[in-house]
Amino acid sequence: MGRRLALFLLLAPAVLWIGLLVILPHVEIAILSFSQRVAARVYTFGFANYLEFLAEPVYWRTFARTALLSILVTLITLVISFPVALYIAKFARGKSKPVLFLLCLIPFWASELVRTLGWMMLLRETGILSHFLQAIGVIGRPVEFLYNDGALVLGLVYGGMLFMIVPLTNALESLETAQIEAGYDLGGSHLTVLRRIIIPHAMPGIVAGSIVVFMLTVGNFVTPVMLGGKNGLWFTEQIYSQFITRFNWPQGSAFGFMLLLLSTVIVWIGLRLTGQGFSETLRRS
Amino acid sequence: MSQVADLALLGVTKDFGGHKAVNDVSFEVAPGEFFSILGPSGCGKTTLMRMIAGFEHPSAGDIVIRGQSMLGVPANRRPVNMVFQSLALFPMMTVGENVGYGLACAGISKAEAGPRITRILDKVGLGGFADRPVTRLSGGQRQRVAIARCLVLEPTLVLLDEPLGALDLKLREHMKLELKQLQAAFNTTFVYITHDQSEALVMSNRVAVMNHGRFEQVGSPRELYHHPATSFVAGFVGDTNIFSGEVTGARAAGIGIRLSTDVELAGSGSASGQAKAYLRPEAVALAGSVSELSALPNRFAGTVSTVLFDGAASTLVIRADKFPMLRATLPQAGPLAGIEAGAPIAFGFTAEALKVFSARGV
Repeated sequence: MGRRLALFLLLAPAVLWIGLLVILPHVEIAILSFSQRVAARVYTFGFANYLEFLAEPVYWRTFARTALLSILVTLITLVISFPVALYIAKFARGKSKPVLFLLCLIPFWASELVRTLGWMMLLRETGILSHFLQAIGVIGRPVEFLYNDGALVLGLVYGGMLFMIVPLTNALESLETAQIEAGYDLGGSHLTVLRRIIIPHAMPGIVAGSIVVFMLTVGNFVTPVMLGGKNGLWFTEQIYSQFITRFNWPQGSAFGFMLLLLSTVIVWIGLRLTGQGFSETLRRS
Repeated sequence: MSQVADLALLGVTKDFGGHKAVNDVSFEVAPGEFFSILGPSGCGKTTLMRMIAGFEHPSAGDIVIRGQSMLGVPANRRPVNMVFQSLALFPMMTVGENVGYGLACAGISKAEAGPRITRILDKVGLGGFADRPVTRLSGGQRQRVAIARCLVLEPTLVLLDEPLGALDLKLREHMKLELKQLQAAFNTTFVYITHDQSEALVMSNRVAVMNHGRFEQVGSPRELYHHPATSFVAGFVGDTNIFSGEVTGARAAGIGIRLSTDVELAGSGSASGQAKAYLRPEAVALAGSVSELSALPNRFAGTVSTVLFDGAASTLVIRADKFPMLRATLPQAGPLAGIEAGAPIAFGFTAEALKVFSARGV
């Protein structure tokens, strides 16, 4: 009896946390998303919210756009972070290793909002980039670099990099240097060593980092609102407007569920394509 | 030189910020030779090997393989393959993929590589293991994969960086024999580095003894053992008794040395002043009484202090008046085989057996 109580007490925080903060809201949202309004304050069970999503092009276009851009952001983040992580893990010596790692971390001391504002100062029409390009004569008059997909992707990649570098560095640090040397010694080119030895070893880190970055990007709200264009909405903005602006909670819930589904499906496809197991990835990262 | 050496090092030096890890090393390795570099850890042998493989670049000197200078040739273009200390097998590949990796890098088609992989695996005794993941092999099998992975490329030279270090004693003894047989079967030149003198002596045609970045002596295992050129070699190669003392001058046979325990011995060498003398345990002749040893210039009577029984390698620790503690091999076939601690014993040795070197620089 006493042992059972101890077990219960030990598990209680985790159970409460998952139950109250994860399962309960999602059950609530799921129920809400299947309720349709038939009259003022009268709701019945139905698929109207999901049908509305399919019927209205702006909804599913934003949805598809968010999915594709998030995949793009994840890939760009991976391509930029990989050499950085490889350098930190395998080539930096002595003190430069923790210093480099810290340099990656420093921007994250400021909140996402402040970091994004920093990008706005750089990229806006009267910003530093515009002034600089005018000064060296590349452009004749001020140019607005904000409010387009380029600025949006840039901001999202910047925000995701740390979450890619950390698992990648961890994965690459466990790669024995002699294996890289053996790869060259047996006649491998840089590309062969990268493709056949370094990347396969880093795969759990690549998958873990990509999952985290993808999820953070899909669910990001601040960066798309601040850097994105007016005609290039992010799906979280749709959810926000349903909940807050239009006060249509059932519709917002349906959108929320669609986003959850999107994340799940794409992560699942990613795991299948790379041949990695989910539990294996979580264990190694 | 009638035959081009497989490997020649000409005055190779490696400077790490003022510290000369390898200092003006020159040697040649003939085709088909098993050449070992033996030295204590930190003597520069690993740096030397990494320079031959192409992972480090010499500060001065040249590395020549079959008449071709390797300066500026990257590791992946050198006709040299290395068996790493950790073996560095690729864990995400099967045995066959590990062996085939180098062939694929060389642009050899799968159709041609397949039979070559099968043949080499058969030769190293791993026939039928091609599809096995390397993570599910025993230590000895992993060793053979690492060697097969090199030999399949038919390199001019195979470098081995203490590959037996991680194995347990029994397997290590077995792999010593196997490596030597493999080397003979493939007739490939092996350069082997180790700190284990037994590995070097058993397997090699020639051994270089390295200390503080320099070669102390290069020679056959017998030469090193019986005719060490320096004090370091005498102390490092083989088991030995070490005495310190002072050279008293030339004698009819060799030189005289007075040990710190105030006994004068006849030795061989060309030392002067403070000196160290080395005497192999098996060079000590044992007898029941001193009169039986009258042919030897050095002969003493003492008592057995301890018997260290180890089969054929059994030794006695002997104490004698004015003589430092001495270890002597106890033949298990002779009349003294059953001797016990406390028994009186006579011992002696020739002047030739006692190697005397000046103490400077030791």
